[in-house]
Amino acid sequence: MFRIKVDMPLLFGLMLLSVSSLFILWSAGAENPRLIINQAIRMGVAVTGMIIIAQIRPATLFRWTPLFYAAGLLMLVLVLLVGDVGKGAQRWLDLGVIRFQPSEAMKLAVPMMVAWVVTRKSLPPNMKNLFWAGSALILPSLFILVQPDLGTALLIIMSGALIIFLAGFAWRHIAILSVLALAFIPIAYYFILETYQQRRIQTLIDPWSDPLGSGYQIIQSMIAIGSGGAQGKGWGQGSQSQGDFIPDRHTDFIFSVFSEEMGFIGVLLLITVYVALVARGLYIAYYTKDTFSRLLAGSLSMTFFFYVFVNIGMVAGMLPVVGVPLPLISYGGTSMVTLMAGFGILMGIHNHRSLMSR
Amino acid sequence: MAADQIELKDYLRETNLIHSRLIALVVLLGILALILIARVWYLQIYNNERFELLSKDNRVRLVPVPPVRGQIFDRNGKVLAENIPIFTLEILPQDVEDMNELLDGLSKIIEVSPSDISKFKSQVRSHRKFETQVLKINLSEQELARFSVNRHRFRGAKVQARLQRSYPYAGEMAHVLGYVGRINQRDKEGIDLKAYKGTDYIGRRGIEARYEDHLLGQVGVEQVEANAHGQIIRTLDRKPPVSGDDIYLNIDVELQIKAREYLGDRRGSVIAIEPESGEVLAFVSNPVYDPNKFVNGIDHRSYNALREDVNRPLVNRTISGRYAPGSTIKGLVSMAGLEHGWNPNTNITCPGFFRLKGNSHRYRCWKRSGHGVTSMLESIMFSCDVYYYQLSNTIGIDKISAFLKDFGLGSKTGIDLKGEPSGLVPSREWKRQQRGVSWYPGDTLNTGIGQGDVLVTPLQLGVMTATLANRGKRVEPRIVGRLEHSLNGDTEEDVSYLKGAEVGQVNASDQNFQTIIEAMTAVVKHPRGTAHRAAGLNAEYTMAGKTGTAQVVGIAQGAEYDASILNDFQKDHALFVSFAPVEKPKIAVAVIVENGGSGSGAAAPVARKVTDFYLLGKDANAPVEDEALNQTTAVVGLGDD
Repeated sequence: MFRIKVDMPLLFGLMLLSVSSLFILWSAGAENPRLIINQAIRMGVAVTGMIIIAQIRPATLFRWTPLFYAAGLLMLVLVLLVGDVGKGAQRWLDLGVIRFQPSEAMKLAVPMMVAWVVTRKSLPPNMKNLFWAGSALILPSLFILVQPDLGTALLIIMSGALIIFLAGFAWRHIAILSVLALAFIPIAYYFILETYQQRRIQTLIDPWSDPLGSGYQIIQSMIAIGSGGAQGKGWGQGSQSQGDFIPDRHTDFIFSVFSEEMGFIGVLLLITVYVALVARGLYIAYYTKDTFSRLLAGSLSMTFFFYVFVNIGMVAGMLPVVGVPLPLISYGGTSMVTLMAGFGILMGIHNHRSLMSR
Repeated sequence: MAADQIELKDYLRETNLIHSRLIALVVLLGILALILIARVWYLQIYNNERFELLSKDNRVRLVPVPPVRGQIFDRNGKVLAENIPIFTLEILPQDVEDMNELLDGLSKIIEVSPSDISKFKSQVRSHRKFETQVLKINLSEQELARFSVNRHRFRGAKVQARLQRSYPYAGEMAHVLGYVGRINQRDKEGIDLKAYKGTDYIGRRGIEARYEDHLLGQVGVEQVEANAHGQIIRTLDRKPPVSGDDIYLNIDVELQIKAREYLGDRRGSVIAIEPESGEVLAFVSNPVYDPNKFVNGIDHRSYNALREDVNRPLVNRTISGRYAPGSTIKGLVSMAGLEHGWNPNTNITCPGFFRLKGNSHRYRCWKRSGHGVTSMLESIMFSCDVYYYQLSNTIGIDKISAFLKDFGLGSKTGIDLKGEPSGLVPSREWKRQQRGVSWYPGDTLNTGIGQGDVLVTPLQLGVMTATLANRGKRVEPRIVGRLEHSLNGDTEEDVSYLKGAEVGQVNASDQNFQTIIEAMTAVVKHPRGTAHRAAGLNAEYTMAGKTGTAQVVGIAQGAEYDASILNDFQKDHALFVSFAPVEKPKIAVAVIVENGGSGSGAAAPVARKVTDFYLLGKDANAPVEDEALNQTTAVVGLGDD
C-alpha cells in the first residue's frame, strides 16, 4: 500500500516559520486580510508540492536531472528572448496560464545537475569532471546575471559550489580560488557592476552619507531593528514599521519589522528555528547512503541558510541590498514554492535513505 | 570480486570524504549564525539606546502631499465643481490624556453632535493611535476663533485647513457631474492605494467617477524633519504633487438650468446635442438631488428620504431611464419602408383601426374616428397609427429592426458616463432567445408604432435625432470637451480635446432623408401638424420634429383611454424629438415628460423653448411685464393644492 511519508522534524520547523510569517505579515502589511489570505493560499500550494515531491525516490530524481536541467536552461534562454519585464528586470516567462520565473527552477536544477555530473565518476572529482561540473554551474548563472539578477545568480553559484565542496574539492584549491576571488573584487566593482549596484555597496559602507537618498532604506531598517531592544515593542506596535518608514517592509525587509516588534529574544528564536532546520538537513545528508543524495541534501540545506544569511545581513546593514527575501517569512509566492520543493527533496532523500543500492 | 572490493573501498572513501565535508559545513553554519546573532545583538542590545532615540524622534518622515483635484467647468468656463478651503478639527489619539474630558471641553466651545462623537470614537477604535482622526468637518469662523484662544487646553486636538469639493450649481448638474465621497473600505480594494495617499475623496458617480483618473492628479511627497511630538520643524526635500486635470464640459450650464426650468416640476428628461460634433449641450434629468450633501457622507435619514421618494430623484433618467419611443420613431419606420420598396405615393385609408388577415383583433389608431385617406406625409404629420400598421406589416420586422438599430437604438451610445444600458430593439432572434416564443405579426405592428417591446433611453432618442439631422452620420455623444493638464501651476498647459467618434452611417439615400425631414418639418410648421400649436407658432427658424406618446398601462380591447380616471403615475409618457434649423442643424433635442399625457401637449413646448434659448437667446420664462404677473398667480395656484 502506498503511504505518504514526511519528515516530522522538518515539517514542524516549516510550520513554525509559516505561522510566524502570517503573524508578522498581519503587522507589516497594514493589517490587510487579503495579504494574509494570499500568503496562506501560497503556503498551502507550496506544502502540497513539497509533500508530493517527498514521495519521489532519489534514484528517479537522478534519472530525470539532465532533462530537468536542460528544460530550465531552455526557459532561461526564452526569458531573455521573449520574457516579461517586471521591476526593470527580465525574469518572467508568461505561459498563458501562469507567469513563471525560470531562475527559480534553476535554484534546484543547478545543484542537482552538478551533483549528477560529479557522481558519474568516483570522488573527489578529477580535473575533467570539475570542468564539466563548473560549466553546468556557470552557464545558467551567466544567463541569470544578464537578466539582471545578481542576487539569484550568486546564490545559484553558491549552491553548485557547495556540491563541489562536498564532493571533496581540495582545500588548497579552495585557498587559491579565494585569493583570486579577493583580487577580483575591485575589478568586478569597477568594470562589471552597474552604477546602481556600485551605489548599493557605497551605501553599505557609509549609509549616513546619503540619509535621504540611497541610504534611507537601510538606515530606517537599522533604526527599526536597533530600537526593538531585547524584548521588542510588541506585535503591531513598532513605530518604525507602522509609521511607514521602511520601504518593502512586507517583502524583502520584513525582518526589520520582525526584530523591531519581537526584539532580540524573537530574533534568537527565529534564527534557532532556521539553524535547526538546516541542521536537520545536514543530518539527513550525513545518514543517507548514496552519494548523489548526500551531495544534494548537503547543498540544499546549506543554501537555505545562505538565503537567511544574505537577507538578514542586508536588512541589518552588513551586506549590500540584493533582492533576496527572508525564506518562508517574506510575502511572495515563487521563492516559497522553490524552497518548499527543496525541502520536499530532502524529505524524499530521508524517506528512501536505505533503498537506493549502489 | 576484486572489482567489488575496489568499489566498496571507493564508497567508504567517499563516505568519509563527504562526512568530513559535512562536518565542515556544520562548523560554517555555526559561524554564520553567530555572525547574524552578533550583528543583531550589536544593533538591538549594544546600540539600543542610540537607535531608540533615533526612532523616538525619527526626524525624517515621508509625508504624502495630496494633489488638488481638477476642477470642472461648463463650455463657457463657468465653474461647476471646485475645491473650497474648509477647516476641520482633528485629534491625534496618542497625544490625548483623557479622551472624554477632551471631547467634553471641545463640545463646550464647538458644536459637535452626538453622531459626530460616536462616529469619531468608532474611527479611533478601528485605527491605530498614531493616526489622526477627524472630529468635525467645516468649522465656522467663530468656532475657529474660540478654538484658537483655548487651544492650550486641548492637547492632541488641532485645526487643519483642507480642501473640500463643492458644487455651486447644486442639483442642476447633479446627474451629469455625480459627486465625490470619502474613500471607504470598499473603495480601497479597487484602487492603487499609493496614488491615493493623503487623498480623502474619490469620484462616485457621473463625470467625477468616469474621469477619476484625470481629476485625481499625482500625489507628491515631502521629506520633513519632525521633533519628538511629531511637529514638523522643516522640510528637507519636496516632490510637488501634480494637480488633476481641469475638465471643460460641452454642456452650457445656462441652457441646462433653463431646460430644467421649462420642464417645471414634472419628472422627465431633456437632452440637447449638437448633431455634427456629438457635443452634449444639455443633459437634464428631473427631479434632482443636491450632490453637496454626499461629499462628506449623507446621513441615513436624508439618504432614505431620497431613496424612497416616489419621484426617484437619484435615478438618472436621461442615461438609464428606458421608455417606449412611441411615435417618435415613425419617421424612421417610414424611411425603412422607402428603402425597402414601399412606394412613397401609397395612400392608406385609416378607419380608426387595423385588422390582420384572419384575425378579429383590432389594432387601434390613437384617433378613434380615423384619419381617412392618408399619404405618407400626412401619416407623419398626423401621426396616424394605421398607416404604420400597414407599412410595417408589409416590409416586416427584420428590416425595421435593422434600420432602427442603424440609428443607435438598442445599443449603447458610447457617451462618456458609466452605467449606460443598451435599451432594446426587438427582433425574431431576441424574442426566441428571451421569451422562448416565435415572433407574431402583431409584434411587428406594435414595434412599427414604437410600442410593445421597444425600449430606448432619452439619450438614445437624442442620438437618433442628431443622426437624422446629420443625414445618417452617427456620432458618439460627448459630455466632456477638453482636459487641461496643468503642470504645478505653471503656465505651460497641455490641452487635450475629446471628440466623439463617428460610429456609423445609416445606409439610406439622401432623397429618402429629404422626404422624411420634410414631413417632420411639416409636423411643426403645417397648421394641422401635431406639434404646430405646441412648438411651431411664430418660429424664427425652421424646425423638424416628431411627437410621441408612450403607454404606461395597457388598455383593454374596446376600452377608452381616459386620462382623468388614471392616477398620475399611470398616465402616458409624453415625448418629443426635434432638430433645428432644418437646413443646417445646430441642435437636436429629445424631451420625455413622464406621465405628461400627450407628446404635443407636454413635451413639444419644452423642446421649442430649449431651442429658442439656444439659437436665439430667447428665454420663454423671462419676466415680461404682464406675463410675469400671470406666472406669479400660477405659482400661487399650485401652492394652494
